[in-house]
Amino acid sequence: MPSARKKAHRPTGPQARQVQLRWLAHARSGDKGDTANVGLIALQPEWYELIRKEVTLARVKAHFKGMVSGVERFELPNLWALNFLLHGALDGGGTISLKTDAQGKVYSTALLRMRIPVPAAILRSLPTQAKQAKG
Amino acid sequence: MSKTVRIAAGQGFWGDWLEAPVRQVRGGPIDYLMMDYLAEVTMSIMQKQKSRDPDHGYARDFVPLMERILPDLASQRFRVISNAGGVNPRACAEAVIGAARKLGLSAQVKVALVSGDDILPRLDELLAAGHEMRDMDTGRPLSDIRDQVVSANAYIGMAPVVEALGRGADLVITGRVTDTGLTLGPLVHEHGWGRDDWDKMAAGTIAGHIIECGAQASGGNLLKDWRKVKGLADPGFPIVEVAPDGSFVVTKHSNTGGVVSVASVSEQLVYEMGDPHNYITPDGVADFTSIRLKQAGKDRVAVSGIRGGPRTDKLKVSIAYHYGWKAVGTLVYSWPEAYDKAKAADKILRQRLKDLGLEFETILTEFVGVNATHGPLADRPTGREAEVQLRVGVRSNDKKAVERFSREIAPLVLTGPPSVTGFAGGRPAVEEIVAYWPALIDRTVVEPHVHVEVLNA
Repeated sequence: MPSARKKAHRPTGPQARQVQLRWLAHARSGDKGDTANVGLIALQPEWYELIRKEVTLARVKAHFKGMVSGVERFELPNLWALNFLLHGALDGGGTISLKTDAQGKVYSTALLRMRIPVPAAILRSLPTQAKQAKG
Repeated sequence: MSKTVRIAAGQGFWGDWLEAPVRQVRGGPIDYLMMDYLAEVTMSIMQKQKSRDPDHGYARDFVPLMERILPDLASQRFRVISNAGGVNPRACAEAVIGAARKLGLSAQVKVALVSGDDILPRLDELLAAGHEMRDMDTGRPLSDIRDQVVSANAYIGMAPVVEALGRGADLVITGRVTDTGLTLGPLVHEHGWGRDDWDKMAAGTIAGHIIECGAQASGGNLLKDWRKVKGLADPGFPIVEVAPDGSFVVTKHSNTGGVVSVASVSEQLVYEMGDPHNYITPDGVADFTSIRLKQAGKDRVAVSGIRGGPRTDKLKVSIAYHYGWKAVGTLVYSWPEAYDKAKAADKILRQRLKDLGLEFETILTEFVGVNATHGPLADRPTGREAEVQLRVGVRSNDKKAVERFSREIAPLVLTGPPSVTGFAGGRPAVEEIVAYWPALIDRTVVEPHVHVEVLNA
């Protein structure tokens, strides 16, 4: 991971640390035409607020820069989930697409690569692997 | 009216696990077996098959499946609802009746077929009457590609399913009835819900959405704690137990693999989700932000609180049209420096295509093992990869250009970078692209044509 990406989001508190979303959320994605959706669900209900605050529209746009033409973001607090629509993500989508992932099935895990700052209180409950730079 | 209705999912798509419906029927009590076969591109494939043989154009593996299930259906009290009819529900229904006859069960099985979703024969008439059927994504009017249209079907809601059940059908075979309508139909029939009781319409729709992809709601493709999901050699497909008030429990038969948890149901709920406040179907608009989930025992998730709004005056139309041609070629390069070799091969290939004067709408290169699924987000290759697959695809409306491309892959083996293998499959296939054109149409020009016919087996 290039260092520029790591520097992009500075920790919010003195003890906060950048953690990859895979340790904080699970996800599933699907398609509608040339749009992939990613539903991002907090692994623990009490982590939803952190994810809601940190996984912003601007950050997701930056994360998928060059891969999609536009992003929409929706909140589902009842499922401790966010839903993202990634437009223009599938080389035309459906039968037109030449991509291996023509139906956006694994855009879900691509979002889980994103890092967000995590405060110490939540960090303590994560496995050691989550706190390593390579995660 | 206090009973719950048990609806079991038997197939999540055309090509799903063939044992699932049989196990749903024999693994415990169910009231309905629901089998969804139709995805966005399925109708066009079926239309192509029908154009080659007028008796085809439906999910033909549905018939041998029914042959296995018909004896159970004749002796138990469940019914089957499926959109296996594709673009030829009549041929599908007749084939199932033939199977019943062969088994000597024709007296016990009443088959209904639902038609009228196919608007292809009326397309010009509809266009002439001012129904533009613009592409919902691009805004282009259908007249731009009218000559290329292969199939056109309106998504129909639950109404004809309710009618068929009311007329005593044991087996309801439809064309393009919505995935969710196949589940909502029996609920409206059994619970007598008002069709303008929007919260109930939304509840039945969401129950349908949860089970329409089969085991994807009960442990299949589940990311959370995936190593802990046991027994996927024999996954239990999901079942909804729906109460008259619209609340329901998602579960599966005991003694089956997989898991039904808040996590498994949540992942299915967000699958293919758009705006969660407005999940639009022909039967109403469901609000996914109103759903409340609660683990209510082992492999039981209680779903409640669902709200919905009125249906719109439009139906979605699924149109398939000829777009062009494509081919995808692959070669595998081995360690050392596998990625660099694959990159060099791609460069040579592109130069040759250019020198030949071939033009493509797109040439897409992926390096499987390096960046095929996550693009620039993936970790940089180390040079120690055991192998990297070069995967190059082209797309064009010029079939000859795509055919010539398909002959340019093999030569790379002897005229390009070293340590290359994996060409056993021969030349890449040149495939016709039949693309999807989503549009809207006034409900009033479709619904009068929807027809339910109960056939005597």
